Amino acid sequence: MSQVSEATPALEAIGIHKRFGGVVANDDVNLRVEKGRIHALLGENGAGKSTLVNILFGLYRADRGEVRVAGEVVNLGRPRDAIDRGIGMVHQHFQLVPVLTVAENVVLGDEPSRSHTMFDFGAARRAVQELGERYGLEVDPEAVVEDLPVGTQQRVEILRSLYRRADVLILDEPTAVLTPQETDQLLEVLRGLADQGVAIVFITHKLREVLAIADEVTVMRDGRVVGSTTPGETDEAGLAEMMVGRSVVLRVSKTPASPAATVLRVNDLCVDDDRGLRAVNELSLEVRAGEILGVAGVEGNGQRELVEAVTGLRSVVSGIVEMDGHNITGLSPRQISELGMAHIPENREKHGLVGAHSVADNLVLNQYYRAPFARRGFRRMDTVTEHSRSLVADYDIRTPDVFTPARALSGGNKQKTIAAREFSQGARLLVAAQPTRGIDVGSIEFVHQQLIDQRDRGLAVLLISAELDEILSLSDRIGVIYGGRLVVVADASDLDRIRIGRIMTTGSHDTPAT
Amino acid sequence: MGLVMADDAKHRNVLAAIVYRLRWWLVTGALLVAFTLWTGEFHQAQTTAILASTLRHSTPLVLGALCGMLGERSGVINIGIEGQMLMSAWGGFMVASATGDLLIGVLAGVAVGMLMGAVLAGISVGLRGDQIIAGTVLNIAAIGITSFFFTQGRTLPSGKLRPIRLGPLADLPVAGRVLFSNKPITYLTLLLVPVVWFGLFRTTWGLRTRAVGEHPSAAETVGISVVGMRYLNLILGGGIAGLAGAYLSLEAVGSFERGMTNGKGFVALAVMIFGRWNPIGAWGAALLFGYASAVQTQFQFRDWLTSDPQFVGMIPFVVTIVVLAGFVGRARPPASIGQPYSRE
Ligand SMILES: Nc1ncnc2c1ncn2[C@@H]1O[C@H](COP(=O)(O)OP(=O)(O)OP(=O)(O)O)[C@@H](O)[C@H]1O
Ligand SMILES: [Mg+2]
Repeated sequence: MSQVSEATPALEAIGIHKRFGGVVANDDVNLRVEKGRIHALLGENGAGKSTLVNILFGLYRADRGEVRVAGEVVNLGRPRDAIDRGIGMVHQHFQLVPVLTVAENVVLGDEPSRSHTMFDFGAARRAVQELGERYGLEVDPEAVVEDLPVGTQQRVEILRSLYRRADVLILDEPTAVLTPQETDQLLEVLRGLADQGVAIVFITHKLREVLAIADEVTVMRDGRVVGSTTPGETDEAGLAEMMVGRSVVLRVSKTPASPAATVLRVNDLCVDDDRGLRAVNELSLEVRAGEILGVAGVEGNGQRELVEAVTGLRSVVSGIVEMDGHNITGLSPRQISELGMAHIPENREKHGLVGAHSVADNLVLNQYYRAPFARRGFRRMDTVTEHSRSLVADYDIRTPDVFTPARALSGGNKQKTIAAREFSQGARLLVAAQPTRGIDVGSIEFVHQQLIDQRDRGLAVLLISAELDEILSLSDRIGVIYGGRLVVVADASDLDRIRIGRIMTTGSHDTPAT
Repeated sequence: MGLVMADDAKHRNVLAAIVYRLRWWLVTGALLVAFTLWTGEFHQAQTTAILASTLRHSTPLVLGALCGMLGERSGVINIGIEGQMLMSAWGGFMVASATGDLLIGVLAGVAVGMLMGAVLAGISVGLRGDQIIAGTVLNIAAIGITSFFFTQGRTLPSGKLRPIRLGPLADLPVAGRVLFSNKPITYLTLLLVPVVWFGLFRTTWGLRTRAVGEHPSAAETVGISVVGMRYLNLILGGGIAGLAGAYLSLEAVGSFERGMTNGKGFVALAVMIFGRWNPIGAWGAALLFGYASAVQTQFQFRDWLTSDPQFVGMIPFVVTIVVLAGFVGRARPPASIGQPYSRE
């Protein structure tokens, strides 16, 4: 009797095995999540974190092993079984229906209704508003999800799980595209839930968050649990080393930029969003060869429309976009890409990859039709394969082989695939939106180093990121976008975190007294 | 006071927006009415005949389109509507002729349609087979079965379904004959259009159906059974196609003939697409097609331009194509159609 005195865990995984074809994604994994505790799950890209939590949610079926909820062995054949046992989940790949509204997405499956048949949209809207106010995650309930920027979609995905009041809440990289303020808010919400007795599994690549909030930490590598610890016993460097198995440089080293000729010039640009409202308003900026211009800002201030207008994905209302002195306004994305613009899009599933195509095809997605990857209209598969094998090795993309369909990759490996493709095409200008979204610490180091090296070789970079740390550590110059305008552009050394934060949220910049 | 005025302005704006959104329908409607008046030479009887026959011709098309729509809205392409209709027309007729009861015949037709829907669901959802092949199987099976078991010379002891006159409304000029003295399945169809619209866009069932058709894995993660929803919708849709079959044999013709669906199941698919997967839109599109057939019949009947009947028959189709090019421009099918769903 006294042996069971320790409280039964809210959720427990015992000896989980899972294979996908030849890949062992989970190998004898054990995980214990206690009631009222926040359990961080860490690991490199492809370590098997998502696989494990998808098994706990009934989305995947384990090959071997058992899952216990509140001490009882359960058979989770489908998500319904998990939901019925009080498990909720925020998915790494958002599970939102693009054509439905925010309110519809949040309540889907558990809809407020009149006489059990009629969907009560008003009640759904109120529920979303209430939740948003209570948890500081406000979203327009009537917006259609596909029109929203990824950060807002992330908020919807989180609201959806809060709406269901789970006893066990699993969050798979919920903060990958949130701004620091939003992240802090979410961490507070999670702490509050844990205090009410909710058991929380929290996956992230941001070690700061782990140290700030976790009660326990489990680290995975190559499908196995390689250790567990608590924030009290370790620090960022320690966690990073546990994950990657070597020590990691958490700050990039870079020399001052030596900018040359202007590559990208945007002049008085006006762009409308999907609802026809002005999103970018008479915005002007310049990026020179050999420099990184970071654009900071709270999401929804025109970043997405700016990027889409520059890359040719969205039509421009007025104003001019020039590259190397050529007017590229109104050209097609392919024409622009052929002029030497590379683009890492914010929405990797929608704009970055073709999920059903192989990793190799995705790595030549914007060059497959021309030499050396094609000759006289015929594709040269040997060259494609060889090229992609070398990128997979350089960028440490964890995939069984280059013929695997891209959708089978883990989230971080998808991102690395896009980064590899865009870095490797010898572009003059790189437009990078959330370039390291969901990439683990070891690989961020590599991607950042690549960015700096390419800059030193004369690449012009326009960097947009919700991650202020990323902007601060990489940019040579920083612009803050607010209400569709760049309210300030200055050398990185002249701006600090606090000032940028203030301009981001208020839009006014106090010019220092001269 | 100010509030009332603001409200008024809002209503006017809403009205203007609706008119604008429906501009193509309104233009088409006006053109067709003008054309009808011209062919009817402002003759009431002619106009009435054309409109009544438009409604009759559109009935099986709307029903078929509703069947296709329930399937596609939940993510399954159904090209077996033709087969479902044919089997139901045959099944309904055989039962009605054996029992002598038309109502039982109609119910049998619906049941056969549902059974066909279940078979389609079994192949394409249960076994995750190819949806196009599954539909083709239904069509081929229907032709084979109905020809093999068809016996010449059977009749309906009680005759076909008879019109129901809706009291004094039926005595109204034009509208009385066109709208208020129809046969039962035609009425039922006019009722089903708003019912299915309401179901798809105002009920939780409809919300779930659309979620499953757009993004099945998202629906699954909130506990909706993708497989269950698809079975349900294909069987319901089958029932509606069954009604179309019963319409053909028990309401329109009064007997069964080999291949009597004559491509209506496929036209219904086009109607569904032209109507943008929306019951009201499909109804409008079906009326357009129905009108095209009605006018052709009318011309033959009046012996007009008999030297060149194809030409006249073509006019409404040309109108249809031109106008529909305006509608279909931005139509977007449910995102997951055609793909069998599996979780991993
Ligand atoms: N549906 C699938 N089909 C085939 N292989 C898969 C599938 N899902 C995951 N894998 C493989 O399983 C391994 C583990 O993937 P998983 O998504 O669990 O990683 P992760 O730890 O969540 O990584 P990340 O931090 O990048 O999200 C990877 O090698 C991946 O390629
Ligand atoms: Mg993952």
